[in-house]
Amino acid sequence: MSQADLTMEGHSTGLTAGPVFSIPTKKLAMWLFIIADTMTFAACLVAYGFLRNGSPSWPRPFHSITNVALMTFILLTSSLTMLVGLRSARAGDKAGAFRWTIITAVLGIVFALLHLREWMGLIGEGMTMFKNPWGDPLFGASFFSITGLHLTHVTCGVIALIAVGLRYKGGRYNADDIEVLGLYWHFVDLVWMFVVPLVYLLNLTH
Amino acid sequence: MTTTTAEQHKSDGIGKDLIVYVCLLALAGLQFVIAYQNIDPSQMFVRMLAVACVEAGLAELFFMHLWSEKRSFLLFVVIFTVAVLLGMQYGWSDSFRMVTGAPFSK
Repeated sequence: MSQADLTMEGHSTGLTAGPVFSIPTKKLAMWLFIIADTMTFAACLVAYGFLRNGSPSWPRPFHSITNVALMTFILLTSSLTMLVGLRSARAGDKAGAFRWTIITAVLGIVFALLHLREWMGLIGEGMTMFKNPWGDPLFGASFFSITGLHLTHVTCGVIALIAVGLRYKGGRYNADDIEVLGLYWHFVDLVWMFVVPLVYLLNLTH
Repeated sequence: MTTTTAEQHKSDGIGKDLIVYVCLLALAGLQFVIAYQNIDPSQMFVRMLAVACVEAGLAELFFMHLWSEKRSFLLFVVIFTVAVLLGMQYGWSDSFRMVTGAPFSK
């Protein structure tokens, strides 16, 4: 066997080995993005914890849990509607998959609006990135950074849900694309489960 | 693999998703209950974080279908993520030192 044959055989083996972990490339790429994004959020939350621990006058400005509880409920429900959309897509129910994807996007918009309402309330009480009337000024910076990063993810998710939903309806995307987007949406939900206790619930006024 | 996963999703039905959804709602509610308990903040933090980790695990395994992926991939995600998250914890002792005031705040 010549060197060229050996090389060709080597290439052939490499090419037919299949995707890494036997999952589709798009899905693997999304998982790798999610792992990387987990690190970003974890770094923010750890930095927040560090600041909170190191400050003797950390403020506790939240009087009510109603808004954050409603936001949590909406985001969790949006994960369920995303799953229903994926199931419809897998079952070949195009109209159903589109409808549930758009319902998920609407729930995301409602979440974002509630979030903005809460921000406006805090800003109205005198809180900015660099000062607040209750104590350590770093509270505003860390609060707006973490919740802002999450809100950015929700906003991007809503845009992606509408875009992918429309393209799926138009036949350009398939159920696999809905599934990949679903991974992202569930991740946004998952991050919120850590943001709520650390940023909101530990800072409740008792 | 995609087809296998797809078939698996169909056969599982919506029931399992609903059960996981209700569990997540209950766990989220538990976090709110913990927030109103009259306990030490560090204890509160530990309890809330534990509940959040269970929530995250449920969401990853069932909503993100990690459970139906290959075991090697599941291990890759879990080991890699946990290792890096643990690596980020080295700074806590320093944050406590800032509170107790030694040596920087003198």
